[in-house]
Amino acid sequence: MDEALKNELSKQGIFATTLQDLYNWGRRSSLWPLNFGLACCAIEMIATTMARYDLARFGAEVFRPSPRQADLMIVAGTITKKMAPQVVRLYNQMPEPKYVISMGACAISGGPFKQGYNVLKGIDRYIPVDIYIPGCPPRPEALIEGFMALQKKIDEQQLTGENRPRHLNADEPSEFPIPTFGPHDLQPPRNRDVWHPPLVNITTIGRDDAGTT
Amino acid sequence: MSRQHRYTSHEVTAARVGRPSGRTLKNELAGPNPNICYLGYVKMGNVSYLPILVLLLGAVGFAVAPLALAWLWAKKFSPAKPGRSKNAVYECGLEASDDAWVQFKPGYYLYAILFLVFDVEIVFLLPFATALTGFGIGECLALLSFLFLLIAGLAWAYQKKVLTWT
Repeated sequence: MDEALKNELSKQGIFATTLQDLYNWGRRSSLWPLNFGLACCAIEMIATTMARYDLARFGAEVFRPSPRQADLMIVAGTITKKMAPQVVRLYNQMPEPKYVISMGACAISGGPFKQGYNVLKGIDRYIPVDIYIPGCPPRPEALIEGFMALQKKIDEQQLTGENRPRHLNADEPSEFPIPTFGPHDLQPPRNRDVWHPPLVNITTIGRDDAGTT
Repeated sequence: MSRQHRYTSHEVTAARVGRPSGRTLKNELAGPNPNICYLGYVKMGNVSYLPILVLLLGAVGFAVAPLALAWLWAKKFSPAKPGRSKNAVYECGLEASDDAWVQFKPGYYLYAILFLVFDVEIVFLLPFATALTGFGIGECLALLSFLFLLIAGLAWAYQKKVLTWT
């Protein structure tokens, strides 16, 4: 629907919307997170839900203790290799549509424990992540901003067409392979369908970021 | 004439067959307020159940409509994506190790039952102690017999060696 026409109508007291807008509005206004924390980031996540920061303002105060009722997985904290299979399985058990916020340096990349033998170097090696929130740990304001970014992302999603989100596409998987805790590392160490290692362009070595000099 | 007036069956019959009467349906339909139709009010007899029917329909609609909408939505837009771990038993992310239908020791059940003895005692003794000011011999006997019944159950359990955890 034409945006200008919608504004003009709302000035006349007529509220017009589309099915897609209504659907997105409903989903982004009732994102129920899964109730689990992994490390110190979880303390900040708990603080975000409490009275001072009040995540309830965004419709996300209902932390569900079962993945069956949750829409959003906030991976808050260090993911040890022993914990990673459980996190992936919980993600698999959530019904669609589901979103993942990778909260804190550890969940993004392993953080200060990246070189450790027992820490997963980012949950995005196994499941698709929607929002990354850097910080060690991120303050509640940062989590709220990440949450609002996710809401914006949901607002712009299409119901049909090529760009429709994963959960509306029958060809895209809803479950991802669960790694097993092997004697040396997780097997497999990454899901190649989900995680694409950042490419380093060796031709830009010795130059500035833009590669001009 | 008040609007709350209900016609007697005699008056309604009189109106149907057009018999002259002091207060006929025809007269009432013509006035006093021509904007209000009294016909349904009169003809359906006892219509005080009508609101309940309407509420019932509303309740069923509220229950069925979201389910039907969700079903239609799933048909039209979002494809079902069942999977192995999604259909599995939820155990905090761990794989279910065994069947959930296992046998428990009956000891737990017996303890729960015996707890009721003390539970009920407290529930009734507290009002006895606080509410009854004039406490005569009759009340005392009633209370003691009540206590005896409860304690007899406990004594029976003790005799059956239920209290020893095996």
